[in-house]
Amino acid sequence: MYGRCFSTGEWPNCLVPVEKVKVMRRWSVLWAVVVIVGILMLTTAVTQPPDPVSVPDVAADELASARAAAAAVDTELARLWTERSVTPAVPADELTVLRRLSLALHGTIPSLEELRMFEADQRPDRLDHWLSTMLEDRRFADYFAERLARCYVGVEAGQFLIFRRDRFKAWLSEQLQTHVPYDQIVREMIAASGVWTGDGEVNFLTAAFANGEFDPNKLTARTTRAFLGQRIDCAQCHDHPFDHWKQSEFEGLTAFYGKLGLTPAGVVDRRGREFRIKEAEDQEEPGRLVEPEVPFSVEWCGEGPLTREQLAHWVTHPENRRFERAIANRVWGLMFGKPFQQDRPVDDLPDPDFDEDLRTLDLLGADFRAHDCDLRRMIRVVAMSQAFRMSSVHPLTADVDLNETTEVERAELRQQLETVERSWGVFPLVRLRPEQVIGSMLQATYIHTVDQNSHLIVRVMRYARENNFVEQFGDPGVDELQDRVGTIPQALLRMNGQLSRELTEPNPFLALGRIMITSSTPEKMLETAFLVCLTRRPTVEEAAYFQEQWKGQRGSNLSDEAQDLFWDLFNSPEFSWNH
Amino acid sequence: MQRFVEQWLQRVSRRDVLRIVGGLGVSFLVPHLEGKAAERRGPERPTSLLTLWMAGGPSHLDSWDPHPDVEHGGGIQRIGTTVPGLEIAHTYPRMAEQMHHLSVIRSLVSKEGDHERGTYFVQTGYRPDVTVVHPAMTALVARKLGNPNVEIPQHIALATGDNFAVPRGGYLGDQYDAFRIFDPGNNINNLRPRVGDERQARRLEGLNVVSDAFRRQRQLQLEATLHEHVVDKALRMMTSEQLKAFELDDESTETQERYGDSRFGRGCLVARRLIEMGVRAVQVTLSGFDTHINNFEGQAAQAEILDPAFAALVQDLVERDLWDSTIVMCIGEFGRTPWLNVNNGRDHWPMGFSCVLGGGGLTQGLVIGETNPELSYQERDRPQKSRTLPADPIEIPDLYATLLTRLGLDPGEQIITPIGRPLALAEGSPIDRLLPG
Repeated sequence: MYGRCFSTGEWPNCLVPVEKVKVMRRWSVLWAVVVIVGILMLTTAVTQPPDPVSVPDVAADELASARAAAAAVDTELARLWTERSVTPAVPADELTVLRRLSLALHGTIPSLEELRMFEADQRPDRLDHWLSTMLEDRRFADYFAERLARCYVGVEAGQFLIFRRDRFKAWLSEQLQTHVPYDQIVREMIAASGVWTGDGEVNFLTAAFANGEFDPNKLTARTTRAFLGQRIDCAQCHDHPFDHWKQSEFEGLTAFYGKLGLTPAGVVDRRGREFRIKEAEDQEEPGRLVEPEVPFSVEWCGEGPLTREQLAHWVTHPENRRFERAIANRVWGLMFGKPFQQDRPVDDLPDPDFDEDLRTLDLLGADFRAHDCDLRRMIRVVAMSQAFRMSSVHPLTADVDLNETTEVERAELRQQLETVERSWGVFPLVRLRPEQVIGSMLQATYIHTVDQNSHLIVRVMRYARENNFVEQFGDPGVDELQDRVGTIPQALLRMNGQLSRELTEPNPFLALGRIMITSSTPEKMLETAFLVCLTRRPTVEEAAYFQEQWKGQRGSNLSDEAQDLFWDLFNSPEFSWNH
Repeated sequence: MQRFVEQWLQRVSRRDVLRIVGGLGVSFLVPHLEGKAAERRGPERPTSLLTLWMAGGPSHLDSWDPHPDVEHGGGIQRIGTTVPGLEIAHTYPRMAEQMHHLSVIRSLVSKEGDHERGTYFVQTGYRPDVTVVHPAMTALVARKLGNPNVEIPQHIALATGDNFAVPRGGYLGDQYDAFRIFDPGNNINNLRPRVGDERQARRLEGLNVVSDAFRRQRQLQLEATLHEHVVDKALRMMTSEQLKAFELDDESTETQERYGDSRFGRGCLVARRLIEMGVRAVQVTLSGFDTHINNFEGQAAQAEILDPAFAALVQDLVERDLWDSTIVMCIGEFGRTPWLNVNNGRDHWPMGFSCVLGGGGLTQGLVIGETNPELSYQERDRPQKSRTLPADPIEIPDLYATLLTRLGLDPGEQIITPIGRPLALAEGSPIDRLLPG
């Protein structure tokens, strides 16, 4: 509580009341701006095409192998399309795909710097080479660590003294960056022991510490959801209503976490401790003794007594198909914004033998196992599939003016579109996550790529603003892959928020000011602004409209107009919906 | 988007119209343009729910359930109230004069002793569950009883503190999350455009142009996202005359002083204005009750903020004939231990704590339940589960079933959640004593 009450100032004895913290934060942001301005003055504007060599070629055999795996996914989806009489959308243009990749892997839109490099790259399969380089970028490890951490430890701050989400994320990011196989990462979390500040993976366990004790039920629920893609939490109280999970199976799994305790040496399994479950009606009794037990295939646990180590082997065992299906469905979800099976939560897949329509997940899973549980490989295969590269415009609705259709026609169209969407015959429109919105807004105003090589202060500022913005925008929490609509406070924040105003100021050191200075003509300025915000060039109609508006004005006289243009672009649906 | 521009211009002129007629005092001439969405008063007026959220866990022993005679009860005295036989802590003198409008429950019970989990339970009436996120009661009210004449948000959280204490829409959707105002009365976050009317109109025209190519090819998909619908509503809000409800400029200094110069006090005053405007669900938060150290000073400091604000609020609502149509409930995530720890503080105590509620036709002057600190001392070493409950224990779901019933809703009504599981609005049954006979 000390940490929390300090940070929120909720407690009267606190050293710094919350209003003062806000003021201090505001001042520190102001200073950060001053320093950044200084730094940017020392750097040069990158508006010329840089050397494309920095995106090296991927080894030919690696590329061919990933292509073959992606082709297998394409064939399987084509089978679904034929079966459901779906015509898939045409391929999207490369800049759109680059934007999707950047949002999914780095959490921002591409910088102008990257766009110039990409456009200067003459290789016919440049996207595939870029994909590999983006996966090796530290931004990928950091961003994916945050996305994955949600299902491993949730989003709650938890009990500060024994749970450090930041340490967990740093650990996970390091595992991803150093190519640790995914099954090993999972085993380390389940079988973790030690101190949560030193060993980041221990926080997987301490995230479930509440009301003075470990909640083993929560750990069982997390384990089955995150690693096996199944929700068996309801079996905590009764047998699962549709699937075969029984209450006794849930309890047997829970017993693996039943000996957890805190000692001066950190989290350990306490020797000699028994796991007992008390019945609601008889709290005075010591309770029923429950021994660790897996619901099937006990041989996957390996040698020795049943401990968390054995549970870790059972969960990740090469024959446990639930494990690879779970991660395939999640990776698909993180790339597209929706899990492969769209009508169920990402971590609630049916049993492996049930569903023909989920063969894609098995294909991805088998390929993942064949490549030493390499997450990058799976992402690459998904990103090279036809589904990921197709347009978000479908011929079914491309030229339909809703005002000229009847209600019956619209209902029919909606139904057809739903079949297309469910079969991945069109790229889905998905609302950007709050940190993607803020990341994109900041990126659009910096020209240079904001990454681990950016100056510390730029990164600190991004961090401070991101947290503030995400808080106001509303974090979707752990159920982030469910369908969501935008909200009014979000629209207000984009239109009238402090940040939108600051970022659209014609400051000579932010993108807008620089674009105005370096653009020789209004046409050039318009083009750059569109590229920076929407990763595309203006259409003929758009160019005509703005040029008409700006007629007779030049350079700095266009200050208000340029600001308004950035405002328009930030508020357009195209900016805040991944497409 | 073209329609936004048209609406915008229409709104601007409407605002001017309102300003003029308002200035002339002839607003009755334009009834359909009335600024306030609900002019009706008295019991016929649709009921609103106003929660005063005591974040951190208020000490019931140092407020509504004093026991100065027991070993660890010291530091406060009892004072009489306008309800015969009801005594509260001496730190609440103004509230003592208002208690006849309210009832006190002294025996709320919960199993959640952690701030985040306790807040979830007491705000939603459901214990945290990994499979579904339940809506806060205020979000349910906004959804079920939203006022079509209100252009500003229907669910508002004032003087917000910790993120988890901001009521959520849960499975009802993000659009039912409370709209937050951090510092009520002082600024209305992002509610006004940053540029003048003419330039704003120009911006909207440009926005229409840059949205057009994208929208034209994806009309059906975009329609399903509600993006433009939401922007439309936001724009309507930005020009709404009702935004004035967030401002305190036309409240006299005397009135503002009665509520107290605090975020919470201003929050209560803004809450009154919002309810007057027809908003159905408001929460005002007062943080700082988590007194693990120096409990008495901490709770007394909180009382200095809560007492004037709460009392002024009740008084104003009664005087303005809004009391019968406004349920006011003062509650936190749990109470505090009847004993003091080594730091002279009180720790978390979900096993018998208090809330004060009234208005909206609920029974007034009732006291429900009784705690027994001395028995708790004897049971201090027992695990929480095996301690004796207070007399006449009241479960949170029963409390919410009562409120819903009073709001004209059926607590047993089921909503199909996104995971396909039907859930009742509240799991409990109404407490008959609190409902009018």
